[in-house]
Amino acid sequence: MSSKTKDKKMTGNSGFDPTRRSFLAAMATAAGVTLAPGVVLYGISRSSSANAAVSSEVRWGMLIDLGRCDNGCDDCVSACAKENGLRGFGRPETDAQWIRKVDIKNPETGYSKSLPVMCQHCENPPCVDVCPTGASFKRADGIVLVNKHTCIGCRYCMMACPYKARSFVHETLEDQKPHAPRGKGTVESCTLCVHRIDSDRQPACVEACSDTGGGAMLFGDLNDPESEISKRVANYASQQIRADLGLNPGVRYRNL
Amino acid sequence: MNWRHICITLLAVMLIGIGSPGAVVFAEEGNAVGNSLLPFIPMGRGNACVEDTDFMRRNHMELLKHQRDETVLEGTRSDQYSLTECLDCHAVAGPDANPVTFADSSHFCRACHDFASVSIDCFQCHASRPESGALPDDHQFSGAFPGTTRVKGSE
Ligand code: SF4
Repeated sequence: MSSKTKDKKMTGNSGFDPTRRSFLAAMATAAGVTLAPGVVLYGISRSSSANAAVSSEVRWGMLIDLGRCDNGCDDCVSACAKENGLRGFGRPETDAQWIRKVDIKNPETGYSKSLPVMCQHCENPPCVDVCPTGASFKRADGIVLVNKHTCIGCRYCMMACPYKARSFVHETLEDQKPHAPRGKGTVESCTLCVHRIDSDRQPACVEACSDTGGGAMLFGDLNDPESEISKRVANYASQQIRADLGLNPGVRYRNL
Repeated sequence: MNWRHICITLLAVMLIGIGSPGAVVFAEEGNAVGNSLLPFIPMGRGNACVEDTDFMRRNHMELLKHQRDETVLEGTRSDQYSLTECLDCHAVAGPDANPVTFADSSHFCRACHDFASVSIDCFQCHASRPESGALPDDHQFSGAFPGTTRVKGSE
């Protein structure tokens, strides 16, 4: 276990670690998989083994094509609630929401759109900067999380987040999902379904969107030039919300 | 021998009686949960835990703490010391055959923690039972029955 902890970095660190590389290379060889170089990097960097620590070679991101996102659809929102066991208490002001549909309107033209907004998984997350305990942190692969073991519920991060992405749990909770622990007195937000990602699955919202919604959400590794998401953001115009803040969110939008 | 001595001797005899294997056997065979001063620990699934029982009894909290940091911070999701795995194997069936939550005094964790008066807050956030329907087919729930009590001195 000690040898493992050595090469794990909590926040994005692009340092080259020969130990880890050679270990991974050995793993790939042992598995006997013959893949093209790019594909090998992709396959490995996804940390497909649940036992391997996540690596900063990956930057998880999402591309949401609003041209395919229907104003009336909220399949992603309900899928998120189901997956993570979010339940309302009839108090919309304070009920937890990890993803929501935000209605925007251009007053001049009257054009309106409803877009799904969740934690944008910034490269420079303000919620991490302000957290007094270090509970709000960014995982090596770019996912911004709350470590509820150290969160004291001060809610500074909620104030700091320009996307209003975080919720505070006000009520005593019961029957949480085993993979999504959450409890009173701590702050929480979209985890990009980190438990799914760690076992090579897509976030629940993305899955629901492609199953029953418009197929507007694309999830993938922004660091891998061969990934579908990287190709799309390279070839088509996409936007980040409040890009002017310089936070470099991992969630991008098309046709906004 | 004065009264004082007699009292002390009597007390000593009583204490030895309580702590002796004989007393444990009584509690186990007599199915008399209420009569035993020792905790009744429900049996888990399978033959062995991830570590020796003695080791787990003293160190489970350290293992869980270590694993929790690795999982939360680094995404390492080994099954070995995972709380979810603990709860999968140590699920205790309630009267309705569904696994009980920490709110029920027969919950595996409570068997000892109530006895030792150690309160834990793990289950304010964590699920205290396996997700319904998520158990493997071969899972056999075990109720808290005295015959499976393994306490120091009874082995
Ligand atoms: S609420 Fe928790 S995560 Fe947010 S800033 Fe305070 S301690 Fe950090």
